[in-house]
Amino acid sequence: MNLFDIVGPVMVGPSSSHTAGAVKIGYISYRLLGEDIKKVNVLFHGSFALTGKGHGTDRAIIAGLLGMQPDDERIPYSFEIARENEIEIFFGTIVLNQMHPNTVKLELEGKTGKRLDIVASSTGGGRIKICQIDGIETNFGGNYPTLIVHNIDQPGHVTEVTSMLGHKSVNIATMQLFRESRGGKAVMVIECDQEIPIESVKWLEHLEGIIKVSYLSLEE
Amino acid sequence: MSYHSLEEIIEKAQREKKKFWEIILEDDMNERQVTKEKSMNKMKKMLVAMREAHENYDKDLISSSKLVGGDGHRVKEAREKGMLICGDFIGAVMEKAIKMGESNACMRRVVAAPTAGSCGVIPAVLLSYDEFYLVEEEKLIEALYVTAGIGQVIAKRAFIAGAMGGCQAEIGSASAMVAGAVVYLRDGSLEQIANASAIALKNLLGLVCDPIGGLVEVPCVKRNVIGAVNALTSADLSLAGVVSKVPADQVIDAMGDIGSRMPASLKETSEGGLAITPTGLEVAKRLEEA
Repeated sequence: MNLFDIVGPVMVGPSSSHTAGAVKIGYISYRLLGEDIKKVNVLFHGSFALTGKGHGTDRAIIAGLLGMQPDDERIPYSFEIARENEIEIFFGTIVLNQMHPNTVKLELEGKTGKRLDIVASSTGGGRIKICQIDGIETNFGGNYPTLIVHNIDQPGHVTEVTSMLGHKSVNIATMQLFRESRGGKAVMVIECDQEIPIESVKWLEHLEGIIKVSYLSLEE
Repeated sequence: MSYHSLEEIIEKAQREKKKFWEIILEDDMNERQVTKEKSMNKMKKMLVAMREAHENYDKDLISSSKLVGGDGHRVKEAREKGMLICGDFIGAVMEKAIKMGESNACMRRVVAAPTAGSCGVIPAVLLSYDEFYLVEEEKLIEALYVTAGIGQVIAKRAFIAGAMGGCQAEIGSASAMVAGAVVYLRDGSLEQIANASAIALKNLLGLVCDPIGGLVEVPCVKRNVIGAVNALTSADLSLAGVVSKVPADQVIDAMGDIGSRMPASLKETSEGGLAITPTGLEVAKRLEEA
């Protein structure tokens, strides 16, 4: 843990896991969707379902989805802000197998109709883990610029993506590959040390065999 | 953090003829690859955020469970009337600790130090000390490095989360962290810094995490007071030359040992202790029905 995990972070209370972590889950999901939210189903699992309300977990998730960070003083008023922006919100609970107790599933629809399903856990101290994207298992924390590429499981896609990154002088910090089945849908999650130019992310979307590209930029 | 013990930090400080806080600062510069200025600016932001959190206290706020709110103002009034047996300085500490805990419960902005639940301990002590003894801002920032260094060693050898080690890991750690910082503010020695931490943490060993309704409210808010006051008495003992017979690093290990053996029902799950008293269960039921 670094120094400012001990003295810090600056955050809206009451709980680093149930409030700050929840805001971060919402925020990362919003960045991954890449556009403003029109509609969201928020399904709480475990401790989030049991004690979420008292910790403001519900308001925290919505605040994050509106683009707020964990220290934003508007977090307690996120419902009102969402209403002003005519965002449809549905809250429910869900039982997810073998998941961390502080877990939520978000089913998002953006203003232009983009969709994204995310399962994420708040693992303590405000840190989070994105566990699933569109039904495929992942494991990253949203602390680096992160590229997520959904593709058909066939040879060559990893090379296409990594050579683009090399060409743009983006260094890979971690890289994970997941697939549903051989020749089925696959996902690569690449955490980078530098931001990836947006045109390059867009370029990937047009390649054959690439189903969907999401990019988590950490630039404000 | 590259240090595993307070002893290592102290040895390095002695060898290089540096202050405790300088060793921690240099470690941060190295770890995050930042300049001295950048690191100290960030720490200053923490201090400023603590001040703002205190100043923005709203006596009319009540937490969503209705369990918490307004007590900081009650302490303030009692203090202003001169009613407090503990006197004005400790009164100021109590007031700040409660206020910060309440602000956290009411979704205001605080500085988690080391956690949100224990966010009142460090600012209550440091800001009150500044109020009564007028410290250079620079020195308060340095004192925050002392708290962070002690906290990092605790996080490394034991834990700082109630879910891992009970309340001793949160309020106990915060108390140990700021006890050392007070010794630094009083120009105590390196050994006295570690010794104050040892005494403070020892006093709170075994404290469980049994919050009512799973919320960071009861008993958490008032525990911030005991953490803060305990830090001051521990610092005073250390400065007076009273020595903990068990050295700080070993006390931290003991906290880790106790936390590991602590049953899950007393580690933030609300399945034991205060959470399952008739009052606790009644509140939990009310929250569930809400």
